[in-house]
Amino acid sequence: MDSLNQNHHPKMAADVTAVTEIGTSGGALYEGLAEVSAVLYKQALTVLPPDVRSAISRADAHESDRGAKIRLRVMANAVETSDRTGIIVCQDTGIPVYFLGIGTAFPVNGALLEQALAQGIERATQRYSLRSSIVHPLTRQNPQTNTGQGVPIYHVHFLDGVDWLDLLLVPKGSGSENMSFLAMLTPADGIAGVKRFVLESVIGAGAKPCPPTIVGVGLGGTADECMALAKRAIARPVGEPHPDPDIADLEQRLAEALNATEIGPQGLGGSTTAFAVHIEYAYTHISMNPVAVNIQCWRGERARARVHASGRVEYGY
Amino acid sequence: MATEDEPVANHLTGPLDDATARALRVGEVVSVDGVIWGLRDATLIRIFDEGVIPPVDLTGAILLHTAPSARRRADGHYEPVSVGTTTSMRMDRFTRGCVETLGARAIVGKGGLSHSSGEALVAAGAVYLSIVGGAASPETLQIQSIEEVYFEDLQPECLWKFRVRDFGPLFVTMDSQGQSAYEAVTQRAMERRARAEQILGL
Repeated sequence: MDSLNQNHHPKMAADVTAVTEIGTSGGALYEGLAEVSAVLYKQALTVLPPDVRSAISRADAHESDRGAKIRLRVMANAVETSDRTGIIVCQDTGIPVYFLGIGTAFPVNGALLEQALAQGIERATQRYSLRSSIVHPLTRQNPQTNTGQGVPIYHVHFLDGVDWLDLLLVPKGSGSENMSFLAMLTPADGIAGVKRFVLESVIGAGAKPCPPTIVGVGLGGTADECMALAKRAIARPVGEPHPDPDIADLEQRLAEALNATEIGPQGLGGSTTAFAVHIEYAYTHISMNPVAVNIQCWRGERARARVHASGRVEYGY
Repeated sequence: MATEDEPVANHLTGPLDDATARALRVGEVVSVDGVIWGLRDATLIRIFDEGVIPPVDLTGAILLHTAPSARRRADGHYEPVSVGTTTSMRMDRFTRGCVETLGARAIVGKGGLSHSSGEALVAAGAVYLSIVGGAASPETLQIQSIEEVYFEDLQPECLWKFRVRDFGPLFVTMDSQGQSAYEAVTQRAMERRARAEQILGL
């Protein structure tokens, strides 16, 4: 049986786009990890994943609305412009969210790992003159580093028996993150209640999360875990179906239903409202039926690295 | 960015004159040359909630909901690193002040404004222009220079004076006649909801 823990780390695209080496002993490891984090942050904001690019061109091919087609082509143009110039795709540098898959045979001090990754975010912010989007929630004071107490956000999972470390960074934009919804439905609301909630959430969000979106749905768990599941769902490569065929079928139907609303690209009409719906689930309580929606904007920004115990670093999406 | 079958968008020049703003209609595609003013949450809170009117004439101004990344050069001037557009609805309650008190004639943003903002646009003869949100890299290249920066302590939420060329495409989505493309799409989504529910077996 696959380890349940491994199942909790988001599935990552297999392609390796670049390889580097970092030191493995003492301070060299953490210095190396800080640099990997800096690279991931700039990379995620600048070079969009291939699955997102394909989703944009598929949407363009299926689109008949003239305005929607223009909007999709502006998106494609933005992706190419960033490839060519190195300018980040969106001005929103997001709130850095890390999914960490820590191999049980990868020797690392978790506290120093978290520090190193935060340093990398600060380093990239300064090095590339990235806007700092992170503030104190009460005073709104901006430390100009894109970090702060509790930021980056870490979702940590352990990978049984492997000697590598998986880092997946999602710099989550606020336009889409502000369109997050949680409902503690009752068991009697059933799956029909879940479907209605997802539909109402996406119609209610309208143009605000920058459609076409990736709609992440969390099912089960507790209130906090349910939203974390939805966040993990948006980190999956676009349109990669869930391994469970029943869940994959529900993803497909929800996507079809959301697109039937014709909210369209940028919420100004058209045939693609969601590039995909991704669902992740956990078991829940007999009296509970939680559902969470976390939306990712059309850019689907993410970047990953696998750091091997040997010091070899493989980058990808 | 025009496609082959798309006529080149109408060029506007910022600041806008009254007649030009009033003549714009939902469905038109335009681009802008001249001056655009960038602002957002903190800027508008300072102006309207704290009552600090900026020392510049914004009559006819085209406003942009943005908070750019900008690099400060040794000579004190800023150059754009990334200039994009943020969700307008957060700044919705400032629309009336922008068009009535400041005299702006266009607000550029993404995601649209409320019905009550639409009424303010009608009363003032102003428009809302939608950009493609998230597509900041081409937008950045359309900014020729950052000419002035006010309220620098609000970094990055200052009041930015941008000189632009071919800024767009921008879609007229709320006009001075009270039409709103967003309301039309929401209306249609509500009508299409039955079809969506049918797909879901509800």
